[in-house]
Amino acid sequence: MSRDQLTTEISVQGREATASAIARVLAGESHLFHDLIRPVERAVFVMLYSLLRNETDAEDVAQETFIKIYRNLHSFRGDSKFSTWALSIARNEGLAWLRKRASRPEEPLEPVLEDASGDFTPALLTDWREVPPEALERKELRECLSHAILHLPPIYRDVVQLRDIDELDVQETAGVLGITAGSVKVRLHRARTMLQKELVPKLKAFAPAAKRGWFGRRV
Amino acid sequence: MKIDCKHVWQHISAYIDADVDAELRAEIDRHLEHCEICSAVLDSTRNIVVLMADDRIFEIPAGYSERLHRRLDAVLAAEPS
Repeated sequence: MSRDQLTTEISVQGREATASAIARVLAGESHLFHDLIRPVERAVFVMLYSLLRNETDAEDVAQETFIKIYRNLHSFRGDSKFSTWALSIARNEGLAWLRKRASRPEEPLEPVLEDASGDFTPALLTDWREVPPEALERKELRECLSHAILHLPPIYRDVVQLRDIDELDVQETAGVLGITAGSVKVRLHRARTMLQKELVPKLKAFAPAAKRGWFGRRV
Repeated sequence: MKIDCKHVWQHISAYIDADVDAELRAEIDRHLEHCEICSAVLDSTRNIVVLMADDRIFEIPAGYSERLHRRLDAVLAAEPS
């Protein structure tokens, strides 16, 4: 099998394909490790960036994460997806890094107590003009969204990261964070409400202007 | 069962994820038909969820992948599996 064929096979993300790639790496074809991790490289970096909020630190810890994954590949049991396992290791590496730097007061160490007393009321409005994905070509919009996500309290940022950015399912998210599926849903709901409240006034500026028809009516 | 706005807000996230039962979904849909506020809350929240899934929001540093694989090459060479 050529290298390209193997890359294609892995990109399908079938568990069997991944398991076979892992078996081959463990059997001595260690160069295939490069192809194995390509599909998760980005998610690992973003996870660490949102945890550490610094690109250089996130990249350093991402490299350490993948080295750890290589050294521990024999312990991957296949009862979760490889990507979920990799993200769990990345998160643990990121938290360990934060503990070493615990003198940095801006990042409270987890877990923050579940706070049900906060205000989880959405921003109220009567009309919403959709902001299309094309608007993300504008840097100001990307910064607006990333800033809001990065400044969520950590327990809410984590679930947004895994569910809405990495698009893991509820069970996978619960597995990575070591919490119940119910907690994932509650935290995600609160996080999305907080983001809606924070972002609605800002995102209005990025919606396409409403067309005006005859007599000034919106069409 | 007739539900009010606050009740709808409590289920917005589950509604977006299609994680509400058929009866509740039907109640929410009926409410949305006549409530502009809840419709706009739902649309704006769903819009934000869609935008967040876009890869462009978090940029990866230029050369990240190359540097990672170079580092791994060194480790793989020193520690063959």
